[in-house]
Amino acid sequence: MTRSLKKGPYIEPSLQKKIDRMNEAGEKKVIKTWSRRSTISPDFVGHTMAVHNGNKFIPVYVTENMVGHKLGEFSPTRFFRGHGGKLAERTAKKK
Amino acid sequence: MARISGVDLPRKKRVEIGLTYIFGIGRSSARKILEETGIDPNTKVIDLTDSEQTRLRSVIERDFKVEGALRTEVAMNIKRLMDIGCYRGIRHRRKLPVRGQRTHTNARSNKGPRVAIAGKKKVKAKK
Repeated sequence: MTRSLKKGPYIEPSLQKKIDRMNEAGEKKVIKTWSRRSTISPDFVGHTMAVHNGNKFIPVYVTENMVGHKLGEFSPTRFFRGHGGKLAERTAKKK
Repeated sequence: MARISGVDLPRKKRVEIGLTYIFGIGRSSARKILEETGIDPNTKVIDLTDSEQTRLRSVIERDFKVEGALRTEVAMNIKRLMDIGCYRGIRHRRKLPVRGQRTHTNARSNKGPRVAIAGKKKVKAKK
């Protein structure tokens, strides 16, 4: 949203290449990526990406609605376990 | 009675201000509307003639998304964010500020009135 429209969306070239190759071959594999800063382009739709959150890879299934957002938005880097108390611990575990 | 897009305008105010009582119209769009319809912004809402009212209505209907339609659009946008499970959506779901504000203190408009955490000290003591 903030990046100027003139510049166009940023997608990591290596990631784009991988997606293109998969689209040509028509196969669907989970792609591991560290490139949280890449914008989701329409080519990504239907693929599953494993987006790194600094700790592990979070699988993100890309749908049409997600186009225009960045991959990192779907892979939360913080995990809130809740504040003390047994009740909070129980609800946190459910999630 | 000046009733525009389902809202009663306050009678005693100037139209420029009166129009802002419609959700989706602020000062600047109110001014634009008045300029387009050629109504003096200083006329009071009661003094609007019928023809002026209809002109206002038609301009607002044509160029602006107001009240219910606007509210549903906003709600849909938020719902979309929540459905795709992106960071902003998660923040909306948790009723926390979306744009990176601090939550240690403040953020009361999002979180709502303060909730005392009962037995907070007790819990600490147990540990």
